[in-house]
Amino acid sequence: MSKVTTLEHAMSLVKDGMTVMVGGFMACGTPELFMDALVERGVQDLTIICNDGGLPEKGVGKLISNNRVKKLIASHVGLNPEVGKRMNEQTMAVELVPQGTLAERIRCGGAGIGGFLTPTGFGTVVMEGKQVIEVGGTPYLLELPLRADIALLGGHQADTMGNLVYRRSTRNFNPPMATAAETVIALVREVVEAGEIDPDFVHTPGIFVDYIVKA
Amino acid sequence: MDAKARRELIVKRIAREFKSGDVVNLGIGMPTQVANHVPAGVTVLLQSENGFIGLAPAPSDPALFDWDLVNAGGQPVGIVTGGCFFDSCTSFGIIRGGHVDYTVLGTLEVDQQGSIANWMVPGKMVPGMGGAMDLLVGARKVIVATDHVTKDGAPKLLERCRLPLTALHAVDVVVTDMGYFEVTPDGFQMLEIAPGITIAEVKAATAGNLIITPELKVMTA
Repeated sequence: MSKVTTLEHAMSLVKDGMTVMVGGFMACGTPELFMDALVERGVQDLTIICNDGGLPEKGVGKLISNNRVKKLIASHVGLNPEVGKRMNEQTMAVELVPQGTLAERIRCGGAGIGGFLTPTGFGTVVMEGKQVIEVGGTPYLLELPLRADIALLGGHQADTMGNLVYRRSTRNFNPPMATAAETVIALVREVVEAGEIDPDFVHTPGIFVDYIVKA
Repeated sequence: MDAKARRELIVKRIAREFKSGDVVNLGIGMPTQVANHVPAGVTVLLQSENGFIGLAPAPSDPALFDWDLVNAGGQPVGIVTGGCFFDSCTSFGIIRGGHVDYTVLGTLEVDQQGSIANWMVPGKMVPGMGGAMDLLVGARKVIVATDHVTKDGAPKLLERCRLPLTALHAVDVVVTDMGYFEVTPDGFQMLEIAPGITIAEVKAATAGNLIITPELKVMTA
């Protein structure tokens, strides 16, 4: 029962209108082959949850430049002018979320937690429309969990049971996203047999991962 | 002083704040340069919010760049011996949880209450806040590195920020090309003044309440 599948099968699971989490930070740790395949397949009206807007020709920026994204939830979009352009033209909605809050909302989504209290954003526009709860004299914002239909991860190595290892700073949002989507698909550079990754050194437990695609 | 010399004064002065073992997160731009001026004998650990401790310069030969190892601006860097990687949840647990001793950030505006606005200009620049809001709230000490005035000569140290805030009451110290200022309940307290600058010049270039310390020292790099 190997989780390894083809690029074609894996990408056929991403449908129009879905909410998709994409791992990576400024495209480092983003599964680029998946971005290319989605552009090619013509999937549209996606809601993308990613740390940032990538670059015009890199990471989720490829989906944005090709007008496949109806909404982007991210912490930073400054390196991709295509995002600002679409914000101004109102052709793509953008929800900006502080980076730590974005990571923790995803973690909550995958960990069965109904929300969390953070001091981040208090007294700023981030506070608008949110419940403020005071604990021990400190005001906190109630932030709610995020989940997705699909999570697309960029790993380094996988075994056939889906256990994942990331390399260097590619890890970033990939591990929390692995826990917070209905279907989780990882692109890796290397696939090994179960047991070949020391269980002490697995970064994402295989039970979170549905499909593996070898780059 | 030309712009380069002024900036060097700022980053060198900030680099003297740290002691060995401090965990420091440096923002993009001028704050990044602080790393190049940490005094000999002081070893700090640089935290990179995209997921590691122990940020180090990239190899000098671009052929040796490891594109799996980048800073929060997406540029290739290195990692020190003993450094380690982690995911974004752990990274921001480190930041929010008070495990970062210092963060150094640039700014558009900072006010005498320690509130700061450095993430957007409505209608013009909306890059997103990235990790700045978390860093400002979570770091034990927040140092702002900035030119004292804007390109047009307008004060950046204000009575109250006008742009949308990044954080409320978060800044501890502001270091500019005119001096070193602590944010106190009464306003910006100038502890050091840059060489060749007069108190009258600082007053004219500052919109917030300014307190001159009687033991005012000259700010050195």
